[in-house]
Amino acid sequence: MREPTPEQIRDERVYRSLGLTDAEYDLVVEKLGRLPNYVEAGIFGVLWSEHCSYKSSKVHLRRFPTSGSQVLQGPGENAGVVDIGDGMAVAFKMESHNHPSAVEPYQGAATGVGGILRDIFTMGARPVAFLDSLRFGPLDDARTRYLFSEVVAGIGGYGNCVGIPTVGGEVQFSPTYRGNPLVNAMCVGILPADGIVRGTATGVGNPVFVVGARTGRDGIHGATFASAEDPEEKERSAVQVGDPFLGKLLMEACLELIASGVVVGIQDMGAAGLTSSSAEMASRAGGGLELVLDRVPVREEGMTPYEMMLSESQERMLVVLERGREQVAFDIFRRYGLEVADVGRVTDDGRLRLIWHGEVVGDMPVAALVDEAPVYERPIGTPRVPEKGDIPTTLSVREAWLAILAHPSVADKRWVYRQYDTMVRAQTVMGPGSDAALVKVPGMDKAIAMATDGNSRYVALNPRRGGQIAVAEAVRNLATTGAKPLAITNCLNFGNPEKPEVMRQLSDAIDGMADACKALDTPVVSGNVSLYNESRGLDIQPTPVVGAVGVIDGIAKRLPSAPAREVAAAGLELWLLGREDDRLDGTLYGELVCGQPVGDAPYIDLAEERRLHELLQAIAGAQVAVAAHDVTEGGIAAAAAEMMIQCDVGGELHAPVEMALLGWLFSEAQGRALVAVAQDCAAELARLADTHAVPARKLGWLGATDDVIVRQAGDTAFTISLAALRDAFERAIPMALQSGAAEASA
Amino acid sequence: MKWAVVVFPGSNCDEDAAQAVRETTGDTVDLVWHDATDLSQYDAIILPGGFSYGDYLRSGAIARFSPAVEAVRREVAEGKLVLGICNGFQVLTESHLLPGALLRNNHLQFRCEMVELIVDNNTSPFTRAYQLGERIQIPIAHGEGRFHADPETVADLRNEGRIAFRYAHSPNGSVADIAGILGQGGNVLGLMPHPERAIFDWMGSVDGRRLFQSMHQYVEEGLAHARANA
Amino acid sequence: MKTFDVEVRVWLKPSVFDPQGHAVEQALHTLGFDGAQNVRIGKYMHLTVTGDTEEEARKSVEQMCERVLSNPVMETYAYELKETVV
Repeated sequence: MREPTPEQIRDERVYRSLGLTDAEYDLVVEKLGRLPNYVEAGIFGVLWSEHCSYKSSKVHLRRFPTSGSQVLQGPGENAGVVDIGDGMAVAFKMESHNHPSAVEPYQGAATGVGGILRDIFTMGARPVAFLDSLRFGPLDDARTRYLFSEVVAGIGGYGNCVGIPTVGGEVQFSPTYRGNPLVNAMCVGILPADGIVRGTATGVGNPVFVVGARTGRDGIHGATFASAEDPEEKERSAVQVGDPFLGKLLMEACLELIASGVVVGIQDMGAAGLTSSSAEMASRAGGGLELVLDRVPVREEGMTPYEMMLSESQERMLVVLERGREQVAFDIFRRYGLEVADVGRVTDDGRLRLIWHGEVVGDMPVAALVDEAPVYERPIGTPRVPEKGDIPTTLSVREAWLAILAHPSVADKRWVYRQYDTMVRAQTVMGPGSDAALVKVPGMDKAIAMATDGNSRYVALNPRRGGQIAVAEAVRNLATTGAKPLAITNCLNFGNPEKPEVMRQLSDAIDGMADACKALDTPVVSGNVSLYNESRGLDIQPTPVVGAVGVIDGIAKRLPSAPAREVAAAGLELWLLGREDDRLDGTLYGELVCGQPVGDAPYIDLAEERRLHELLQAIAGAQVAVAAHDVTEGGIAAAAAEMMIQCDVGGELHAPVEMALLGWLFSEAQGRALVAVAQDCAAELARLADTHAVPARKLGWLGATDDVIVRQAGDTAFTISLAALRDAFERAIPMALQSGAAEASA
Repeated sequence: MKWAVVVFPGSNCDEDAAQAVRETTGDTVDLVWHDATDLSQYDAIILPGGFSYGDYLRSGAIARFSPAVEAVRREVAEGKLVLGICNGFQVLTESHLLPGALLRNNHLQFRCEMVELIVDNNTSPFTRAYQLGERIQIPIAHGEGRFHADPETVADLRNEGRIAFRYAHSPNGSVADIAGILGQGGNVLGLMPHPERAIFDWMGSVDGRRLFQSMHQYVEEGLAHARANA
Repeated sequence: MKTFDVEVRVWLKPSVFDPQGHAVEQALHTLGFDGAQNVRIGKYMHLTVTGDTEEEARKSVEQMCERVLSNPVMETYAYELKETVV
């Protein structure tokens, strides 16, 4: 097996299989001033890939607001960092692992969790929570049920073992994700506000170390010089396998190492392993690196420089230490039983130089690899004009209410989250099933609030407004618990950027998200773009997923998403904050009736949204209400039912006379929340709403009844038993998985 | 009194256990690395939850060979209190400091949720602050918590009052719904549920507090007695 | 000193319920393999040991199995040992 020569790479266009286009290859030749050899072409190929270079999205991502007084570290580092007051800060980031999860769901999800974990602790932050945003096709086919079950098991398998609670996230199901599931993992960590560590390779002569797992041939792309039919070759480029035990030791050792003060820079060897970590660290420092590949600990004999540079073996870190203080690191790593190897040094010549068997086998300008990577302004199609017109109302209130609660996107996700350790670290104040998760800052009366959200139906119908809603919903989730929203991270999951209509979706959704980030003062501090999400030539619905982070000072102020049973049973008033609306645009109701998203995206007004968030914080601060839950998918009907199911107490809802009942129940107009409040606090609630200029109305009550009653103009318009709603809500996912198993055995 | 929480590579509830001891008793707690060979200065030792050595081979199987577990064995013989929570329980059965074994849950999934336990013994140093038959809320978080022992062993445990806690509704298929058992001398308790996750209202239950307080009270009484006799 | 190639198998004792084996058996029946019965899932381990005699090597492997590789409370084991031909 021989690597192709530089001439062969050019003449036989081998570079194409390494991910470079003809024009990109020519650019490489120009930057190098000569033909690249195989390892160099491979390195340019991965660093100039969409995944590493953001070449299609970069020009659009610049429109995100990224600064604010709360921002300590914006995009460009391993994770973003925001100030949460009292000398503390939070580091967080979300990242997609869609493709690996489609191929091998357990390991794909597990390594996604492991990767994002390393991004957080490299910032010097102690990871304290995971959230996962998942999208699958409908559960009616065996492959999807397999993907769903295995992804959940993989998240648990890694997260539970490393001892970081999985406290939130969401799972949605839509035919658009059949064949292309989305697995977006978010990690949140806590650090002292003045303790940020960056992925920078500075200080000429400082030694560079590889720490953790040995380098194997896993995850190497484009190894095409051997026959693809060769079974051994297939074996080699197999999926990466995660080792959470090693991941945990690596985390503890790195945090200890960082605390010791000898770390100059540190970075996870994630996608494109040694290549991206070394090039990016050198790039940030504006310097160079020299790596002696013979010293990289390998798992298999006879690995080539190409294989070592492109390996995606998990649980490895690249660390630059202060020269002369290496022993501190050696002692720490030995205690954790971790392998550490001195593989090179920091230089000042701006080049990434690779040495193997005493020869220079690669020598590239760092600037060309990272900063001067190609940036594309891809053609953008004409905007899609949202449909106008009435949405058919062929489903009755009863049918729709039950169908919506039983829709897997809305239904109870206990089957998922009870497979996750949601409480390890013993700081989880509110876990999955809440509007947002709250995780206490140890030793302080302060909690971090976090949530993920992103409804592709809205974005498909109206990318700009859908983008606004994605941010608004995630941020509203925080505010609903009483927390102050601070910033967001995101994963932009889109289709093929070479199609103008997909670029239009991406560009407009980014504009919408930017609108909301500005209006809500929640800048983007980190993120990730995943393009080419398509199967059988069909692009997924545009799916920007937003991970929002905030803070609540005083955990007693928190608002749970439902009151305690005894409190509710004794009688509470139910209030609606925000506008009345009876339009069915973009609703799940519409999708259930028509089999696809219909109409425009739901109503949103960002100024109203902001006032609502401030009102919710004021309500929590004054401890006026006992519970709050935001109105989203399935409208008031779903929100009220979820609250009632959770506290196991029924109640009444009163529809305004002028509203169409069906539309009023299922409208997904934004900027709204339900609040449960004791009768003697209702006046204060109304006063607070008034000062914040947010419409507020007593919607009904919770109390001693087993039914959910809807009244309009004084008449009972509709009654359904809480038990029937509960049954639909709680049994949907277990039943879908079970009936699948039964079907298979029939 | 002074407590030790033994930290194995892969332990992840060590800090949680230490926090619970501090918050519920005000006592001093040391986190002790698995290579410790002498634990004689401690009055109580906790083997915490987690995935020691990744739970590779079998849960607790590799940790049992650590020097700290040998030291624990000596302290058990001395009558010191040893509490194994979750993975710690697995380490105790693997080291035969407690009978039986913990197998994969019968439904094959990891399960984390609040469960109801029934207190079956309220005379041990670990459970004296509970009422006999009391129902308490303590969370579980495990994939391998199905207690297994042969019928004679289970009969012995029952007859000797060594079943400390039973599940009201078994989440894992344990024989006799066993959630926690005592060693022969009554000074070793292993349980799958996590009492350290039930010590503040905001955790959803405070029923775990009394377990640590029972231990504290038992040891302090013994120390006072020893001082009086000195 | 001789080197021996050892294959160890560990599985749950017949008296212990094996949920994985049960699930696989169900799946086999689903796929039409009605004759499949008594599925038990175990572990396979491969190692080499050195010893002066085969008897000595066997003794050492048995100790490993008893003390570490299996838990006699719930598991049983079997092994095969062959001298490696250099």
